[in-house]
Amino acid sequence: MSSDFRVEGYGRVDRDQTLTFTFDGRTYTGHPGDTIASALLANGVHTLGSSVKLGRPRGIGASWTEDATGLIQVEEPFPEPMLLATAVELVDGMVVRGLNGQGRLAQIPDTARYDRKYHHVDTLVIGAGPAGLVAARAAARRGERVALLDDRAEAGGSLTGTETIDGRPSRDFVAEVTTELAGNAQVVHLPRTTAFGHYDDGFVLALERRTDHLSDPPAGRSRQRVHRVRAKKVVVATGAHERPIVFADNDRPGILLAASARDLLHRYGVLAGREIVVFTSDDAAYAAALDLVAAGAKVTVLEVRAQAPAGAGDLHVITGARVLSTRAVLPADETVGNHGRIASVAVMDGGGHEFGLTCDLLLVSGGWNPTAHLFSHVRGPLAYDEALGAFRPARSVPGVEVVGAADGVLDLAGCLGPEVTAGDEPERTPGEVIWRVPGATDRQFVDVQRDATVADIARAVGAGLRSVEHVKRYTTIGTAHDQGKTTGVIAAGIAAELLGTGVQDLGTTTFRPPYTPVAFAALAGRERGELFDPVRTTAVHDWHVAHGAVFEDVGQWKRARHYPQPGEDMEAAVLRECTAVRGGVGILDGSTLGKIDVQGPDSAVLLDRLYTNMMSSLKVGSVRYGVMCGVDGMVIDDGTVLRLADDRFMVITTTGGAAKILDWMEEWVQTEWPGLRVHLASVTEQWAVFPVVGPRSREVIGAVFPGLDVANAAFPFMTWRDTVLDGVPVRVARISFSGELAYEVNVNAWYAPAMWERLLEAGAPHGITPYGTETMHVLRAEKGYPIIGQDTDGTVTPHDLGMAWAVSKKKPDFVGKRSFARPLNADPLRKQLVGLLPTDSTTKLPEGSQIVELCDDGVLPAPPVPMLGHVTSSYRSAALGRPFALALLKGGRERVGDIVHVPVGGQLVAAQITSSVLVDPEGARRDG
Amino acid sequence: MADTLYRSQVLPSDVFAALPEGLSVTIESHVAMAGLRLRDLAEVLNTTPPVQPNTWAATPDGQMVWLGPDEWLVTSRDQQPHELESTLREAVKERGGAAVDVSAQRLSLRLSGVLARDLLSLGCSLDLHPSVFTVGSSAQTALGMTNVVLLALDSAGEDYRIFVRSSFAGYLADWIVDASAEYVN
Repeated sequence: MSSDFRVEGYGRVDRDQTLTFTFDGRTYTGHPGDTIASALLANGVHTLGSSVKLGRPRGIGASWTEDATGLIQVEEPFPEPMLLATAVELVDGMVVRGLNGQGRLAQIPDTARYDRKYHHVDTLVIGAGPAGLVAARAAARRGERVALLDDRAEAGGSLTGTETIDGRPSRDFVAEVTTELAGNAQVVHLPRTTAFGHYDDGFVLALERRTDHLSDPPAGRSRQRVHRVRAKKVVVATGAHERPIVFADNDRPGILLAASARDLLHRYGVLAGREIVVFTSDDAAYAAALDLVAAGAKVTVLEVRAQAPAGAGDLHVITGARVLSTRAVLPADETVGNHGRIASVAVMDGGGHEFGLTCDLLLVSGGWNPTAHLFSHVRGPLAYDEALGAFRPARSVPGVEVVGAADGVLDLAGCLGPEVTAGDEPERTPGEVIWRVPGATDRQFVDVQRDATVADIARAVGAGLRSVEHVKRYTTIGTAHDQGKTTGVIAAGIAAELLGTGVQDLGTTTFRPPYTPVAFAALAGRERGELFDPVRTTAVHDWHVAHGAVFEDVGQWKRARHYPQPGEDMEAAVLRECTAVRGGVGILDGSTLGKIDVQGPDSAVLLDRLYTNMMSSLKVGSVRYGVMCGVDGMVIDDGTVLRLADDRFMVITTTGGAAKILDWMEEWVQTEWPGLRVHLASVTEQWAVFPVVGPRSREVIGAVFPGLDVANAAFPFMTWRDTVLDGVPVRVARISFSGELAYEVNVNAWYAPAMWERLLEAGAPHGITPYGTETMHVLRAEKGYPIIGQDTDGTVTPHDLGMAWAVSKKKPDFVGKRSFARPLNADPLRKQLVGLLPTDSTTKLPEGSQIVELCDDGVLPAPPVPMLGHVTSSYRSAALGRPFALALLKGGRERVGDIVHVPVGGQLVAAQITSSVLVDPEGARRDG
Repeated sequence: MADTLYRSQVLPSDVFAALPEGLSVTIESHVAMAGLRLRDLAEVLNTTPPVQPNTWAATPDGQMVWLGPDEWLVTSRDQQPHELESTLREAVKERGGAAVDVSAQRLSLRLSGVLARDLLSLGCSLDLHPSVFTVGSSAQTALGMTNVVLLALDSAGEDYRIFVRSSFAGYLADWIVDASAEYVN
């Protein structure tokens, strides 16, 4: 047989250009403007694959996204599964496969771009069919900001070009309107853009397909874009979906919706068959039949109704007819691309006579379902319309207007409204609502993609289900890619018939986004790879990079973790850095610490209420360590506080706690104590902070800041001093997170790299060693300084950390105080922070390890084994020459000296409980 | 080593060099900025802070951006950061106000060109149409996934100032460069 079903004089594809593609390994050609479906049908290929459960041959059933079955796998240009052949535009070189059930995700990274764009308009029109075009033009002429979204490649919707509008061909009308809209800067008209979700307050999400139809798209253009449109008014002009009629073997390739065959003819110039049977209960199929005859097909109409309608012309119509079933016996040479395709129908006419009709295409039309999905998304109520045999918008929703076929208006004049004149149309005869023809219910497919039949609905009803929502879930009808666009209402209708009740009594179908499937990649947009989450960097980040730092993520920050020298692993680098700090001098980039400026006469009052310890007694020029608790008395953050003036403090938070603590403080100030005269401001990035740490740090600081008296008596521990360097104010604070003599240098971050280099240069004679957060962690752990969030977990009080000294007994109140009076807080078996020394002096206990009582026989008993606590921090210590750990342990402080067991990889490691302070417990190193 | 403590740029100076025609971003480094808190309105820097939410006002050498009912961001081209802070603090301290140097807290970027508004629409959910986000408007909003303060500098929607937290500046620069690829043909 001829492979060319393209008809001269029809269609808007570009026949001057030929595109080549393969389907299931065979090469075919098509033209720009084709979809995979239209190109295959032009080549006489109807069968795409087989069904998911029953393995029955399946093909193309419609011409657009309502197709309930025609799924393909695209392999090239980029693998994507489960795409509708009717919705994939053809480009040269495509490799496509049919699907036997399921598809396959790409095994290679998707290098395409995806993004999003925000729009704000007065009127958003969804759908560029006749009703949508008229609505958009009217809104634009009112001077409004307008967006017009159209899911198809070209405007016009269901207009075929044969209609007359305002006295001229309908395509001319479409061209005029789109040209007018294009010339209006207030109008955005987006083709290939499917509105897939409609939310409260005029918010609509739409997916634009931007490059797949281009043979050579610009490299920077996103492949798909999610448009986020906020509109004062949303006009739903999404048309209607033709509804099939269910009969036995209605799932074969070669069975299409009638209007789809007409669309294929006029849009793509494709005649989907030459010997066509049309089975209809609705007038629209006659227009299709007449056009197909004019294009050269032989057509027989099987009319459900007793009389043919006015528009039947001289078509061969058999009235009162039913399709009983179909058969597929093809000559062997016609089975390529047509396996299982329809070859004949069994018919019963109005007189009850049964006969067969041979055909290569069966078109079905059972009426129209208004496409009210986007109305339903915003809880627009739908009601069953007996005459229409479908659900349609029942009441209005503020800010939403449904127009045209989406509102159940099926004639062109009605869709165009009073301002535009439609040419003469045959008068519509009422359609007859018929869901199915009697026959073998297990071969009567309701949801073709899900292989769900009338028999399945009967089983659901037999199981006692009465709601259409329950029937859907029981049968899976309406849950495939098409979400039951064409047959959802048929399922309700058949269930109603089986129950002997009305469709309206089974409950109303509601629709949820997305209207059509949306790839996760499109939703992710630009937020992947390097832009997945913001990366925060300090002012000296480039130096860290240039000096080989290995970074760790702390919240969104990149912090230098260690600076390995050639040949060093992390352990070696950290041991070297630790040795350098305790033996000489090191420098850390501590700029990520949260910093909050607290100003106002009541600053001290606020801090007294928020910290567990007293801050109002802090003298200007001094520094105090403080702990903050939640209302439950559990530690939420810690850090130092600098008193800058009587009415001013600088609060230092942990890196990860910065935003949380500022919010926490603001919440108390704004909601509980609005009378306090105090203002808070984040200055985290304002100040670069460089701790210079170690016994040689005094020499380094003294060399860099000649104006600063660094002698211990003049500049003691836990004080700060302002100085000036080259005219730039610098604040130096004697704060130590390592137990060593240390100076934290604070400077306006504009000067951070210069200051960092000055400190390095001055430190060079002393072998100053940049160190990272891992070394910082080891040094602080050796001193038993906890890290909030690592050594604590939200159930730990200051007392548990051995910081009863930091909880004021003098203050009348502070956040968390009341909770400390709970009996549970005095429980001697609360978990407390202790040190652990593995007795073998070699094992580094994994963080998170559980701690159990010493097992005398060295064997872990059968469960349940009482858990005493867990390891919170664990490192190798250069100072101790052995590994050590911090742990939260039940009644730990009373058990110092005891040996416990820690299961590690199937072995029990013995560890001695110690004080949490393992290095320099007497604090002798603090002042150098 | 330089004799004076030199200032550094938060972003490489060429990071926006390859933006397409119709789009330009200028890094406005080293603008003194201060956070100003003041409940009892008074003239500071010869300017009455704007009380209309989401607006900014010009000062003799900078801008005063409304951030809240008692909160403004003040910029100054002529003053040193610590000078700006002390000037403001002196002016408002007695009235229960506060001022804090935040010069290095944020980076100022000037986004301009016929594509400027379109670029912003790829990452900012606000309606920035010049009839809505009029000249003199400001917004505290998100661009991509970072918070910014956005100012409308002209009435054509072609000139904006963006204040971004310094630690997020690298992310925002990457975002802008990535988003602008759209306009390269």
